[in-house]
Amino acid sequence: MELLNQITQFVISGLATGAIYALIGLSFAIIFNSTGIINFAQGEFVMLGGVFTIFALNVLKLPILLAIVVAVVATTAVGLAFERLAIRPLKNATPLSLIIITIGASILIRGVVMLLWGKDTQVLPPFSGNTPLEIAGATLLPQHLWIFGVTVLVIVGCRIFFHHTISGKAMRACSFNRKAANLVGISVGRMVLLSFVISSALGSLAGVIIAPLTMTAYDVGVMLGLKGFCAAIMGGMGSGLGTVLGGLILGTLESLGAGLISSGYKDAIAFLILLLILFLRPQGLFKKGETERV
Amino acid sequence: MLKIKNINAYYGKVHALKNVSLHLNRGEIVTLIGANGAGKTTLLNTLSGIIPAAGGEILLEGKGIVGLAADRVVSLGLSQVPEGRQVFNPLTVEENLELGAYLRYRSGGQKEEIAGDLERMFQVFPRLKERRRQAAGTLSGGEQQMLAIGRALMARPKLLLLDEPSMGLAPLVVQDIFKVIQRLRSEEGTTILLVEQNARAALKIADRGYVLETGKVILEGKAAELLENKDVQRAYLGRDKKEIWER
Repeated sequence: MELLNQITQFVISGLATGAIYALIGLSFAIIFNSTGIINFAQGEFVMLGGVFTIFALNVLKLPILLAIVVAVVATTAVGLAFERLAIRPLKNATPLSLIIITIGASILIRGVVMLLWGKDTQVLPPFSGNTPLEIAGATLLPQHLWIFGVTVLVIVGCRIFFHHTISGKAMRACSFNRKAANLVGISVGRMVLLSFVISSALGSLAGVIIAPLTMTAYDVGVMLGLKGFCAAIMGGMGSGLGTVLGGLILGTLESLGAGLISSGYKDAIAFLILLLILFLRPQGLFKKGETERV
Repeated sequence: MLKIKNINAYYGKVHALKNVSLHLNRGEIVTLIGANGAGKTTLLNTLSGIIPAAGGEILLEGKGIVGLAADRVVSLGLSQVPEGRQVFNPLTVEENLELGAYLRYRSGGQKEEIAGDLERMFQVFPRLKERRRQAAGTLSGGEQQMLAIGRALMARPKLLLLDEPSMGLAPLVVQDIFKVIQRLRSEEGTTILLVEQNARAALKIADRGYVLETGKVILEGKAAELLENKDVQRAYLGRDKKEIWER
């Protein structure tokens, strides 16, 4: 019974971390779909979300919800500036050079944050208290509920955006065939900008809701970014649902492994999964055969 | 309607268009024929703003469009149905058509008109209506071609560029497509520039034609005259052999 309770506990906290990975994974996939590049500065947007919230809360003395909004908006502005200053000017660059630029940007953002806020770990208080809830012998923190709630909202929001708005449909069209999208009047540059805006907003949101559980510092983005990347790879980069499932599976396995084997192996488990996927199923876990006629 | 003066363009390092000049009057169907690699597609892509023009002038209703981005060109009333159809496979038929009206959605306030146009497309292409919720990638080649034409029409273009609409389609389907092209002109008054390798079929429905060879216009004239022209027949219509065989 004791073990069963423990496993329930690991699964619950694993799903919560997994939901975060899923959100970060989605933000990777959105940029990948519109530009064909992997934005390695994505983890930094996650970190900025947490750091900006703490700044707005402690220095600007804003209430928590307003602080979150300010943080997400500020991070989105950084994402927008990043696209304008570092991606757009290089019109004919190959994906590889753009990817290297994103790595450079991630180092730059991390450095600036370290200079401004120092190297200390900072704590964001949970949004609605710390009284745990009991479920099937396991404890659930109110913050876990926030994470699940926000993740569900984001997934529903993405679904509505990509399937029921003209801009969302245009983004899907653009990721399938840029030239044809251009010929119906969709501006590819605009879609790329939009993808950076959406994905930095998503990334920062993930950073905000996880910060009360894991604390935050200038360098938390590296690991979170890589885990999110892993989730996106599990989903096959393109598929939204696949990425979400990938994130949840990754979080759960990581938490079970850390709990049942040794917490020292937590990150190793994630990267072992990443390597296995890349070797065995580079198209992603859930991808079906394409239905396409020529 | 459209005037092209001494346009030059490069496809990679190849000088693909050399001082090409041509014009289209309102309501005309003009065809551009020529062999593979003659520069037909390059010309259309230059008009659409996908390939930059290296010198020369393109006037759409008197307005210079050289150097404009592709989306601006569409908003000025020039739409292209690209070679190989290039519909958005993962999106549904209806979504494909809606995206044809992307710029009209963005400029706002035309929702009802767009919905009306969508219904009209379904009248013109009943097959698309049956399949409106299906992914475009699952359609047959002919249906995809109709979808590609419908998508371009949703922008309400004044000038429609068609790149090889008969490519890879069965002869009966090709007939359907050509009938649709004729209807577009007679019912909507759309001006059409038709690029074809199927020169005979194209010349039959066109008013005038231009023959493009290695990036240059080598011949132009009334479609009926080009059909009778010995050089055109030998090079593009394959009449010679047939006549000998018939006699």
